[in-house]
Amino acid sequence: MSNERAGERVNGSATPLLEVEDLAVEFDTPAGPLRAVRGVSFEVGECETLAIVGESGSGKSVTAQALMGLVPQAARIAGGRVTIEGRDVAGLSAREWRDLRGERISMIFQDPLSALNPSLTVGYQIAEMFRRHRGTGRAEARRRAAELMALVGIPDAERRLDDHPHRFSGGMRQRVMIAMALALDPRLLIADEPTTALDVTVQAQILRLLRQRQRAERLGMILISHDLGVVARAADRVAVMYAGRIVETGTVAEVYERPAHPYTLGLMRAVPDPRDIGAPLEAIEGRPPDLAARPAGCAFHPRCPFARDVCRTDDPASRELRELGEHGEHGELGAHGPRRASACHFAEEVIAHGRG
Amino acid sequence: MAEAEPLLELADLVTSYRLRPGIGRPGGVVRAVAGVSLTVRAGETVGLVGESGCGKSTIARTIVGLVRPSGGRVLFDGRDLGALPAKELRRLRRDIQLVFQDPYASLNPRMTVAALIKEAWRIHPGLVPRERWDDEVRALLERVGLRAEHAGRYPHQFSGGQRQRISIARALAVRPRLIVCDEAVSALDVSVRAQILNLLQELQRDLGVSYLFISHDLGVVRHLCDRVAVMYLGKIVETGSKEDIYRSPAHPYTQALLSAAPSLDDWRADEHGERDEIVLTGDVPSPLDPPTGCRFRTRCWRAQDLCRDEEPALVERDTGHPVACHFPGALPPPTTTATGSGRLMKE
Repeated sequence: MSNERAGERVNGSATPLLEVEDLAVEFDTPAGPLRAVRGVSFEVGECETLAIVGESGSGKSVTAQALMGLVPQAARIAGGRVTIEGRDVAGLSAREWRDLRGERISMIFQDPLSALNPSLTVGYQIAEMFRRHRGTGRAEARRRAAELMALVGIPDAERRLDDHPHRFSGGMRQRVMIAMALALDPRLLIADEPTTALDVTVQAQILRLLRQRQRAERLGMILISHDLGVVARAADRVAVMYAGRIVETGTVAEVYERPAHPYTLGLMRAVPDPRDIGAPLEAIEGRPPDLAARPAGCAFHPRCPFARDVCRTDDPASRELRELGEHGEHGELGAHGPRRASACHFAEEVIAHGRG
Repeated sequence: MAEAEPLLELADLVTSYRLRPGIGRPGGVVRAVAGVSLTVRAGETVGLVGESGCGKSTIARTIVGLVRPSGGRVLFDGRDLGALPAKELRRLRRDIQLVFQDPYASLNPRMTVAALIKEAWRIHPGLVPRERWDDEVRALLERVGLRAEHAGRYPHQFSGGQRQRISIARALAVRPRLIVCDEAVSALDVSVRAQILNLLQELQRDLGVSYLFISHDLGVVRHLCDRVAVMYLGKIVETGSKEDIYRSPAHPYTQALLSAAPSLDDWRADEHGERDEIVLTGDVPSPLDPPTGCRFRTRCWRAQDLCRDEEPALVERDTGHPVACHFPGALPPPTTTATGSGRLMKE
């Protein structure tokens, strides 16, 4: 199945690169199991970027770790199915995971310095990818490392092969991470807050680089971010997470123009926007719930201006919305799965309310 | 209050650090702030934006007296802080308070909220009579959106947003006239950040306090500030009203910053595939060895020989507001041109 290569698939008619169905992740705590992620489903096709947006504690990073088979020690996948290129990853051995990671699915992090070995040269670490996974000879691996470094925009690549990570700036280190992540031509890249630690002009460079590599290699990408501006700039589709669940999903245009969940609407209104005239922001009252004390009913109801009795008792399931965006974008990218969904009893009312 | 005398005035301020040589870097003297002039008037919010290493946090630390300037002057209320007798300086220091990015690092974890606030009155005796302390703590907590019963708790018992409220309450305790906010909302989640921004605006409206708001976040600065100064490598490159900077930026660095800052509307431009994006190449040069002439020239698409030879002064150049550029210009910049090692890309 994994030999079904990019480009051969007719737009969306075949298996997506990644399918996640009803994923649940639990942490073991002294007080019993804590469900950090619940009922999370999404899909990513090739050449497509899905952004997972949420604030701290929403479960977005744990979700990414689960996809890589890298959940923290105290955590385990408590339910659901993850399929990478049609292959169910449940029950993969540690060895099979190692083969999958880097080859088919790869990840970059907020802080490249913690992912790079400080005592080894950058050239050695990139070449190691080829040597370990492909059995490439030393000289050839080094040559390909230099090639990759040039490809991700590191000036003077040949000469910089022998530099250690601390000799690189934050932006250049992130380029090194991207080079390593893409070394083995994976089909899917997970970028967990890839630009959060970077200055804004460097962030623009890295987002641009990711876009270029994605187009050139038809990569599927998951962008994990707390920054709604970065998501607007870089993603095709968005999944908004709150308290461990996806509360809304759709194309960027749909979600940004016509939010269908009160939490999304609240986030949009809490960000100073380009037409800002300095009027008070509409802050969301309170703060995200402690996962150990998840409110009954809808987890967002204590902070929600739309909340009614039903919200306090019934946790709303995510349901598909049939409305069409102003630009008729509904269905344009739509190939797999429910494209426009909200987990709110009053989604239609929220849409009608609008960003204002 | 409007157009009052400057409350804070920085006159050609220079702050240097001596850097010991370390692994992979030479030692030397870093002029983190290399001649900055800036004023903040009463009741006004001035934004100071720039990327890491531009010197904006060093300015904050110099103003509140955590580091000594190596040149120039810091004037508060027209008085030179460097020339005041110790006693008067102490009195004036009270008027300037600092709120940091990370309240967890600036709040002593072993002190209760009440003790943290009262500490300020111990340092500045005579401000609030001791018998009024408990009442005043209660009033301050309510003022910043916390509850009176929070007074007996410790910092770790609060969320990030609440801790920032505590820092603000503590700053307010000494009734300052200027609060320097150094990335004060940068570590907060979006929904909580909005609450704190609203609180800052409310306090200004009610108490007339001025802010020097230091941030890398251009959206937040636009929201909060009346005037804005943009810094690059220790210098202010452009300054003006919020409208000047955001509507008609004239310095190429300001233009690049604004273009690079992601906004909620970015998907719109993308849809038609015609978003112009200035993407600067390369990194900020080392402040140990800044470029000659204009410090931005190594990344600038408009740079010419003059920029290498002569440092541009921060003056009005038919731009309506001061710009430190020999070739200030309106947006949009010319299409893909290359000068020096700086490049401009559009897509």
